[in-house]
Amino acid sequence: MRGLQNNALKISLTHPSFGSKSDKISRTQNNDMFNFLANPARFSRLSSKMKPWVGCLTLCFLLFGLWFALLSSPADYQQGDTVRIMYVHVPCAWMAMFAFLFLSTFSIIGLIWRHPLAHVIAQSAAPIGACFTLLCLITGSLWGKPMWGTWWVWDARLTSVLILFFLYLGVITLHKAFDDPVRCEKSAAILAIFGLINLPVIKFSVDWWNTLHQPASVIKMSGPSIHFSMLTPLFLVAVSFICFFFYVLLIRIESILASKRLETLHRQCGRRAQ
Amino acid sequence: MGPKSRRLSFILMIMMLLGISVALVLAALKDNIVYFYSPTELLMKEPPMGQRLRVGGLVKQGSYLLENDGITSRFVITDKKSEVTATHKGVLPDLFREGQGVVGEGHFNKNKIFEAEKVLAKHDENYMPPEVAEALRKNGVWKGSKKP
Repeated sequence: MRGLQNNALKISLTHPSFGSKSDKISRTQNNDMFNFLANPARFSRLSSKMKPWVGCLTLCFLLFGLWFALLSSPADYQQGDTVRIMYVHVPCAWMAMFAFLFLSTFSIIGLIWRHPLAHVIAQSAAPIGACFTLLCLITGSLWGKPMWGTWWVWDARLTSVLILFFLYLGVITLHKAFDDPVRCEKSAAILAIFGLINLPVIKFSVDWWNTLHQPASVIKMSGPSIHFSMLTPLFLVAVSFICFFFYVLLIRIESILASKRLETLHRQCGRRAQ
Repeated sequence: MGPKSRRLSFILMIMMLLGISVALVLAALKDNIVYFYSPTELLMKEPPMGQRLRVGGLVKQGSYLLENDGITSRFVITDKKSEVTATHKGVLPDLFREGQGVVGEGHFNKNKIFEAEKVLAKHDENYMPPEVAEALRKNGVWKGSKKP
């Protein structure tokens, strides 16, 4: 086992996508968490220890959240039981934006500090965020039909979230677009940084323009305008979604690291055979 | 300046320029991005008769009435400054209520009445259980309408 890990460590250092000369110098200093996690083998060990805990947290919060959302919270005075769609829709929307902020942050770290794990983390987060965005759009549509009377309108909020979904698809595609992994990472990171500008547009679209979508109910200056009996399930589900995001993220990072390692091994075997 | 701070300042500068340009574009396109006009905005614009547009606001308290044919409803859309009288032939959405938000899509006829082909309900940002809404209404804090 120890031999295998040492091997993985060596491979990680020789892998083309893992850093330039200057990174190797900084790795020898090795004095903080930032550098500690730069080693994929070390990261994998830490992540496999964290995974079961994050998974448990997800389940606990989801069970409590669903119990409150479906059974132990009141119907709305205007919308009746349809309001329960909110407990999926709103956390999905938060996660869609959080995941993009997360992805862009790691893209910036990857571009500036050339941290070997940063682009892998960004690449791992993209499909998870895309799924949350799609869920947000679908549940919003299902909510819009009974309440507004339409599945979809081209107002600023709905359109900007659809653009967010396309940005995610762009980032996912760019990570597979070229043969050279460094080029993939760079182009995807640049798109992610461009996409950052869409986040404030989504958030404030309902204040800047007339939209069919309602203005903010929770995150606003005057405090939430949702009764606390409805805020409880909302926050419980939101926390469980955050845990779920990190749970899937850890799994995806590990699998991407493993596939990169495999690729390098293949390349080395091929070289030896020649 | 090392390579890292050079890359950092480059990215920051790009983001700033991008932010400014997007803000300028959005500000320039404001009229096209709004989903509907309020009655006050419409009165200032004076759109030509027959032009398709959307009007949004609150349904004025006590303004809703069903005409004799049984399917045409008539109501007043207000933003508390100006008013637009609207008619709609057909079923209204479930959330259509006096005092609640509404968006109509249609055109003005020669009598300056807005003929809405489509009516969408726009709900506000308040969520509460029915008992709380009832209590607020009793105390006179809440002006929201009752379910008809």
